[in-house]
Amino acid sequence: MEKFSYINPARLEQVPGLLKDDWQSKVIAGGTDLVGEMKDYIESPKRLINLKSIPGLDQISADDGGLTIGAMATLTDITEHSEIQKNYTALAEAAGVVASPQIRNVGTLGGNLCQRPRCWYYRDPDTDCLKKGGNMCYALSGLNKYNAIFGGGPNYIVHPSDTAPALVALGADVTILGAGGQRTIPLENFFILPTVANPYRENILEPNEIITQIHLPKPIANTTSFYIKLRERSSFDFALVSLAGVFQMQGKKCQDLSLILGGVAPAPWRSNEAEQVLRGQVISDDLGERAGKAAVKNADPMSDNAYKVTLTQNLVKRAAVMAVS
Amino acid sequence: MAEWGEARKSSLLGKYTQRLSGPQKVTGQAKYTFDINRPGMLYGRILRSHIPRGTLTALDLSPAQQMPGVKAAIPLIEAGKEIRYEGQEIAAVAADTKDIAADAIRAIQFDYDPLDHVVDLGEAMSESSPQIRDWENNQSDRQIDEKGDLQAGWTTADAVVEATYSTEVQVHTCLESHGHVAEWDGDQLTVWASTQAVFGTRRDFARHFELPEDKVRVITEHMGGGFGSKFGPGVEGRAAAKLAKETGQPVKLMLTRKGEQNTAGNRPSMVQHVKAGATKEGKLVAYEVSGYGTSGLGGGAGFTGPYVYQVPNYRTEKFNVAINAGSGRAFRAPRHPQGAFAMDSLMDELAEKIGMDSLEFRKLNDPNEIRHAEYDRGAEEIGWNRRQKVAGSAPGIQKRGIGVGSGQWGGGGGKGTKARVNINSDGTVEAVTGTQDLGTGIRTAIAIIVADELGLQPTDITVKIGDTLPGLPSGGSGGSQTTPSVSPVVKTAAMAAKESLINHLAEKVNVAADEVVIKEGSVTIGNNQLSWKEAASTLGMETISEEGSWDENLREGGAAGAQFAEVEVDTETGQVKLIKIVAVQDCGLIINRLATESQINGGVIGGIGYALLEDRIMDGQTGRSLNSNLIDYKVAGAQEIPEIRAIAHDTDRKVTGIGEPVTIPTAGAIANAVYNAIGVRVRSLPITPDKVLTALEEA
Repeated sequence: MEKFSYINPARLEQVPGLLKDDWQSKVIAGGTDLVGEMKDYIESPKRLINLKSIPGLDQISADDGGLTIGAMATLTDITEHSEIQKNYTALAEAAGVVASPQIRNVGTLGGNLCQRPRCWYYRDPDTDCLKKGGNMCYALSGLNKYNAIFGGGPNYIVHPSDTAPALVALGADVTILGAGGQRTIPLENFFILPTVANPYRENILEPNEIITQIHLPKPIANTTSFYIKLRERSSFDFALVSLAGVFQMQGKKCQDLSLILGGVAPAPWRSNEAEQVLRGQVISDDLGERAGKAAVKNADPMSDNAYKVTLTQNLVKRAAVMAVS
Repeated sequence: MAEWGEARKSSLLGKYTQRLSGPQKVTGQAKYTFDINRPGMLYGRILRSHIPRGTLTALDLSPAQQMPGVKAAIPLIEAGKEIRYEGQEIAAVAADTKDIAADAIRAIQFDYDPLDHVVDLGEAMSESSPQIRDWENNQSDRQIDEKGDLQAGWTTADAVVEATYSTEVQVHTCLESHGHVAEWDGDQLTVWASTQAVFGTRRDFARHFELPEDKVRVITEHMGGGFGSKFGPGVEGRAAAKLAKETGQPVKLMLTRKGEQNTAGNRPSMVQHVKAGATKEGKLVAYEVSGYGTSGLGGGAGFTGPYVYQVPNYRTEKFNVAINAGSGRAFRAPRHPQGAFAMDSLMDELAEKIGMDSLEFRKLNDPNEIRHAEYDRGAEEIGWNRRQKVAGSAPGIQKRGIGVGSGQWGGGGGKGTKARVNINSDGTVEAVTGTQDLGTGIRTAIAIIVADELGLQPTDITVKIGDTLPGLPSGGSGGSQTTPSVSPVVKTAAMAAKESLINHLAEKVNVAADEVVIKEGSVTIGNNQLSWKEAASTLGMETISEEGSWDENLREGGAAGAQFAEVEVDTETGQVKLIKIVAVQDCGLIINRLATESQINGGVIGGIGYALLEDRIMDGQTGRSLNSNLIDYKVAGAQEIPEIRAIAHDTDRKVTGIGEPVTIPTAGAIANAVYNAIGVRVRSLPITPDKVLTALEEA
């Protein structure tokens, strides 16, 4: 990797100033993604701001308004947290299937939300793809088994995070700290799809901004949530397709729900179509089937990933069945 | 002629003995080549090509040479020569630190004229493909083999199956990458090598540097996996030694994971179009195949076929196809897993077509009696009678199925090993030979054999292997040959040492030799009993040191195997979950049952990766591999491993080797189980969710 300076701030307030505005600095938390990128010269920041030197960013605390999770909480902390397991099950399950135990022990929630895509063209040090400032998306004309079926273009990455679909489904807010102070927005609005003008980023963070915490609303009665991740290798793999489901049920009737898909789009992907089929309805196998079909109505598969359409359809159906069982 | 005697009467042979180096390995004390650090040592690193094909027009090492901390930079290809695959070696550097070496290779300037590349097997065979080798066409000459009267065979066939099967390129993925530490002392070269052949590696280093072989010493105390890919110095070993010579300092050069995956060998892919016929009574009567595969730039792709089962009439046509990728190398049972997957699938398809139980059909065509016994034993263990008669007929979304696969290997060992057993006057015993422990546990096996002969425990024996210095050569650890090659010589050396001690004691107290009995850690001479140590102390200034000799009677070849798999296939997600694998393996006479079962487990685990996960992906646009890392190239992890019932089918005869046969039948057994579960056949490995879903949709 290229040489860089390593800065250990003592206080959170220092971080935006240290990051500057020139995209030459990066924060480092667990480092499980960033260090790999630096070793492969995908990212070569001049300065690393170490967030581990700031105490208190890993707190998980319940309050009247719900639950607040510090961005530096590790994925293992989240997986093992009893209240998250009980009231925000989808998040505990999602954090528990990220990568491998070793990575979960050091990987943080903030890092998991901000991790970069896994597209193999992006990760190849010698391929100058659109995402890295080149002029073409190699996946479009190349091997795209793991790429997007929704929301693609001009690049076709999928967002790799497991916790992101779960948190979006659970209605989380994210708090962002920048030079101008702090702001809190729905996490769903944090992620962005690529555009011709900006195919480089996956979220709205400015160069001097960081995530400081995630806030989850108070659990609603009669609500269940879960996360299902389909992958080729259970021991350690990114999702082919994943689904975070939050269902507010009255008996077999679905009063409200959130269905967020992972592994299918450049950002966590809300299936409005499937939600519409299920919302306010008594869930049956047949309705689940219809929801699955609705979910993939607008899918736009590439040459090698039509199977993801089938997977998505079946996963949505499965989620509906799980909600009533 | 020596004999093993009845193993079951021995307290050691065929019993469970813990690996002697186990505690060292788990506590990190075992020194692998990666762990060797010499005073003043430099770090070597190789600059590799990022293009698949082109003519090197310029190479300038000076920017690297001028960097502080860089001690040497050498070219590994000359300007004007052709680069033929991603990862091909361009230059190497030696520097004070790993980081400086990594920076230095990036400073090297080179230029090239690109040439058209081809990395796709089908494209490489087309007429429009560039011919990428100037010594041979992309397609090698067809090897044709014929037997019987094929036309007559077809006329007697009641059922014919025609199908195309394919397998992926599998990469060895050694946990310890290829590499060496090279150190010169005048004209004497010492190399710590991660190799499965210390003597072969010594010879290759000596030839390359035009040294007498006795001026080269190769040491491999422990090594982290080779699987057939580590038989010589390679470009990286020669570069390490050259850099060490140029700098006058030791150099450690271990491959990066990317270099390892791209250039240190692979199992060639396979595509075969096969047609076979059987009578309704269940006899295979005709078999015709045309098949090929790619071994990257090199040759050697191929498959066994017809395999295991007897076919009176056949015609086979096989050839190799070159692409711009790193060359294949021997890989755990070369050509067999490719052949077995196709043959086992084919047998299943034929059995169904003639309405016969798959296992019954196999037995009718498999002449090997040991495998017949293995079929019965494995069928009992997996519960073959639970297998669905109609494939895919079970209700529900998750469906279970059972399948079987077969394998056959030679592995008989051979002459060429020298071994010595020393009994010292303090009672210590050394066994010395120039083999190396590839990970199979030969170190412990040697200790068991010597201890068994001398009435001691394996921990009483100091085994000195993995070093050319004592001048007791042995062959490379390949072909499942190590145990059957080494064991007879160690056994006869131990017998000779024992005899010497008996003669010495008999002479000392003036009794007949047959009055001296060495047993269970003590020595009885007439009515007197001495401890082993007391008996040895009578040697005084002497040391007993005896060499063994080759004994044909102590070893044998031919290892039959059968494996059964039970799987659960999710028809909505295409995921294949393994429930259980039963592996019944002919093991001849077992030295160490623990290591044998461990080796069966290891072979099955490799077979699981081959069947369900592993696949080297080449990108046509860039000509580069897209998954030369351990995230995207998926080897099986703990959660992919089901219950494995490793059954050492102990024939109690003579010693054989089983390193390779145990990985052959796994993929066929799994593929057949998948078919039995869902009633749809996936004829292409690895069987990933996308293929399962696509097959279900097309059905």
